[in-house]
Amino acid sequence: MQKKVFQLLVDNNAGVLSRISGLFSRRGYSIESITAGATEDPNYTRITIVTLGDEDVLEQIEKQVAKLVDVRDIRELKPESSVYRELCLIKVRSTQETRQGLFSVAEVFRAKIVDVNVDSLIIELTGDQSKIDAFIALVQDYEILEIARTGIAGLGRGL
Amino acid sequence: MIGADAMVKCLELEGVTTVYGYPGVAICPFYNSITDSDIQSILVRTEQNAAHAASGEARVTGKVGVCAVTSGPGATNLITGIATAFADSIPLVCITGQVNSELIGSDVFQEADITGAVESFVKYSYLVKKVEDIPRIFKEAFHIASTGRKGPVLIDVPIDIQNANFKNFKYPESVSLRTYKPTVKGNFVQIKKVIKELEKAKRPVICAGGGVLLSDAVEELREFSHRHRIPVVSTMMGIGAMPTLDEMYFGMVGNNGKAYANRAMNESDLIIMVGARVADRAISQPDLITENKVLVHIDVDPAEIGKNCGPSIPLVGDAKHIMQDFLEQEFSCEHEDWIKTLEEYRVTMVKQRTPDENYVDPAAFITMLSEEMQSDAVYVADVGQNQIWSCGYHIVKDGRFLTSGGMGTMGYSIPAAMGAKRGDMSKQVIAVCGDGSFQMSMMELATIMQHDIPVKIIVLKNNYLGMVRQYQHFTYKDNYSVVDIKDGTPDLEKLSAAYNIPFIRVENMTDARAKIQEFLAKDNTMLMECLIDPMDLV
Repeated sequence: MQKKVFQLLVDNNAGVLSRISGLFSRRGYSIESITAGATEDPNYTRITIVTLGDEDVLEQIEKQVAKLVDVRDIRELKPESSVYRELCLIKVRSTQETRQGLFSVAEVFRAKIVDVNVDSLIIELTGDQSKIDAFIALVQDYEILEIARTGIAGLGRGL
Repeated sequence: MIGADAMVKCLELEGVTTVYGYPGVAICPFYNSITDSDIQSILVRTEQNAAHAASGEARVTGKVGVCAVTSGPGATNLITGIATAFADSIPLVCITGQVNSELIGSDVFQEADITGAVESFVKYSYLVKKVEDIPRIFKEAFHIASTGRKGPVLIDVPIDIQNANFKNFKYPESVSLRTYKPTVKGNFVQIKKVIKELEKAKRPVICAGGGVLLSDAVEELREFSHRHRIPVVSTMMGIGAMPTLDEMYFGMVGNNGKAYANRAMNESDLIIMVGARVADRAISQPDLITENKVLVHIDVDPAEIGKNCGPSIPLVGDAKHIMQDFLEQEFSCEHEDWIKTLEEYRVTMVKQRTPDENYVDPAAFITMLSEEMQSDAVYVADVGQNQIWSCGYHIVKDGRFLTSGGMGTMGYSIPAAMGAKRGDMSKQVIAVCGDGSFQMSMMELATIMQHDIPVKIIVLKNNYLGMVRQYQHFTYKDNYSVVDIKDGTPDLEKLSAAYNIPFIRVENMTDARAKIQEFLAKDNTMLMECLIDPMDLV
């Protein structure tokens, strides 16, 4: 099993996301994360899908997705030639004693504190998945109350 | 003009002559408008058969079949027909009525999310949201259905859109689908590679699938095979790509196919698959067919190539184009020994049957029927033991062999035969089904009589769901569970009389030929019942 990141450019038609996710579920392909958003041309939507599978399954995924009428383009975003970013919001329990510790961990990771309450705070972190995983592991010692991750968006480097 | 008039106009401009369907309130504006058109409406007796009939017509004419039904249950009843067409890549445009746009999602009477429900077995689907989109959507739907790998497209039209005023109707001359551009022309480098392999090959074989018929590449295939003396086998969907008795044809492959066809595949050193999926019933061990041989896989759908086996030479494109490109190549190949070997297999590796003389032997009967049929007749096989016998013993000359191959939908033959006959009234059309599959669509006898569609129906009657009984015989040691249909099956003679359909019964082979001749004598609807051995195996 290997992980692959696919970048799709699709026609911004009604139901396009459900057509794509439906294809994955009915053919038994896994979706680790999926993100979608408008592009510079409002007719198109950019979708980034992280999926897992054997080589032949990944090849089938690429072909089956390419076959969908709404899909203009699908390509693999290879780690060495792409930029991936994910946004993560983490709500952590924090008291006066623990707050400074959290601040310094956040600073090391260049995370932002976006909300502070008497007994909790929310940290915003952007990065690739491994950075976010590492950060979550670190703040594990403080009590994590909630996590919201977006899944990655990605672009290939260069032209 | 209203939306419904525009829908009918679009169909006229697409050259549609027949719409199969069943009305209901949500599609009534359309069925009101269609009365002003020359398009004929065939009223089927259940919606599933509207799709099958459209499929039969599409397969005979090479055009897109059209059906139109109402919302809710009308639309959901259509689903099996759509899935059947999808599995065999048959081009259909299926129109469904939908409840008022503003009520969608509120679970009102006869509302069903049909675009959602059919998503996994349509090539594409549309829910029309604006009346002015109708011409574009219809144009695109016919284009998508009939190009690349063909298939069904669904258009769901809410009743308020059908009733909305429409000004300035203009049908687009071409489609502009930024995201849909199927590859038709084969890559020249790959074509050259295939020719090189053919020059080297000692034991080449072409395996023809349904794609050869769908892309109208039959003549090119035959010419290519004959010119270079390359043996051809076929999948079930590819039956008819070569005449059965052609010297270069070596039968249907697969677990229900001819032993010599499978042997040809196994012993070959070069297999050229054309328009075939390498599906489970045709190739039981796809990973083995690439062992010690070169596999060329030609398909218009790139996703089929490499799905079940990794070909040595993938070649994406339309079978007709690629066959034409092959024909333009000058080369020679030499493998007379191989042909001699296959000819020997074809004679010696014939399945021996021991039919009970008290019954009609389906194998001998089907061959006899083929001999008596017109040479360009359309033979529609249903699903079950009858299908396997039909594949094995029907002799295709210049006609067509239609069946539900991918989905294996029982009840396909009668409605598909109706559509095939409507598609070409000059052709003799014969549906061959079992007593199980007959009862799945016998309501269509009413359609046949109402619309005067002279198809011939043969029921091979063994009082069992024979294919399942056979499976239970081998797998569950004759513990026959829920397969006995003897007690409920109606007297077919009386049933035929009720519909005013002439009836013939054949009890054994002694007078079979005379009865077949009587059955085929006139271009009329007739029903023939053949009593076959309930314990017979395919």
